[in-house]
Amino acid sequence: MISWFPLAEAPVPEGGLFDFDATLPLMAVQVVILTFILNKLFFQPVGKVVEEREGFVTTSHKDAKERLARVQRLEQDLKARLQQARHDAQAVVAAAEDEVAMLHKAALAEAKASATRLREQARAEIDAQRSEADAVLAKESRQLADLIIRRLVTF
Amino acid sequence: MLLQTLLPLAEALPASDPELMVEETHGLEIGQHFYWHLGQLDLHGQIFLSSWILIGALLSVVVVGTRRMARQPAGLQNLLEFLWDYIRNLSREQIGEAAYRDWMPFIGTLFLFIFFCNWGGALVPWRLVRLPSGELGAPTGDINTTVALALLVSLAYFYAGLSRKGLRYFEYYVEPTPIMLPFKIVEDFTKPLSLSFRLFGNIMADELTVSVLVLLLPLFVPLPMMFLGLFTSAIQALIFATLAAYYIGEAVHEEHA
Repeated sequence: MISWFPLAEAPVPEGGLFDFDATLPLMAVQVVILTFILNKLFFQPVGKVVEEREGFVTTSHKDAKERLARVQRLEQDLKARLQQARHDAQAVVAAAEDEVAMLHKAALAEAKASATRLREQARAEIDAQRSEADAVLAKESRQLADLIIRRLVTF
Repeated sequence: MLLQTLLPLAEALPASDPELMVEETHGLEIGQHFYWHLGQLDLHGQIFLSSWILIGALLSVVVVGTRRMARQPAGLQNLLEFLWDYIRNLSREQIGEAAYRDWMPFIGTLFLFIFFCNWGGALVPWRLVRLPSGELGAPTGDINTTVALALLVSLAYFYAGLSRKGLRYFEYYVEPTPIMLPFKIVEDFTKPLSLSFRLFGNIMADELTVSVLVLLLPLFVPLPMMFLGLFTSAIQALIFATLAAYYIGEAVHEEHA
């Protein structure tokens, strides 16, 4: 048997379940001391680490959110630009088509006009020749008539 | 009284295994203490011995777990952070956002100390150490320990109320109506009484049941009771800490916030 402490010589109290003695205040002091020790060794350091991590997570989260927002903004911007570019391209194509159509129409009109002019010219020429031929015919027929008359008269 | 009837029964049983029936004095030792004398003062030595061992275990877990703290926790740090978070939630829920930080170490110490004492009393094979009188066991199975803890809680909530609200703290006694005054005064006495006796009774009864069962049927039969004991032990630690936090929260609560 180990002799625990050389203290156990005084008369031993009776004991019992409800034996209050100096254990009570000393235990209270012990728990208070333990509170301070645990505060220094456990609650403060662990709290620091946990709260730092919570802060880190919060800021990372915020950061990520901001970045996401920026990316979305950029994407929207890009989309808008793309749409604008597409729009511009369509406008250019439409303008080119219009121009081509216009040129085509102008050329057609010119060709028609020149054709008409040529036809008119030809007709005019034909008319002139016809009238000339008519005149010649008329003159010749008059001469012929004169000749006929003179011959008849001279008879 | 139950003991007086049980003791002869226990002694009458044949000691099938001489290892288990250590000595006559180690059959059932209720209310026997291993006294230390400090001047005129008597101390329950077995309580201090086992509490020092358990506090040592608690502190070594804490010291080992906080040695290399990292942002990504590993090993024991996980456990400690879980405990820390658990205690923070407990105190925040009961005390409130405004004051819980001041009281978290106290609540946490109560919880951890009681939890270690209860589980230590149930899990550590104390019987291997023989004392001249009495036996080692859960420190919370001694009325001195539980009353000490309960009185600390009383002091804590008075201090919390007075330091936060000054003399306005005593408005609490007449709220919501002055009729409550006698009841609230009685409460100041019943709070530590119920706290200490609840813890003491549960742990004591658990140890008693287990040791009686061990005496009667040493193998396997006490196991369910031991598991139940572990369960109640944990619950009691939680109840004590929660109630302590609740009392402090009640004291610092602002009626007209």
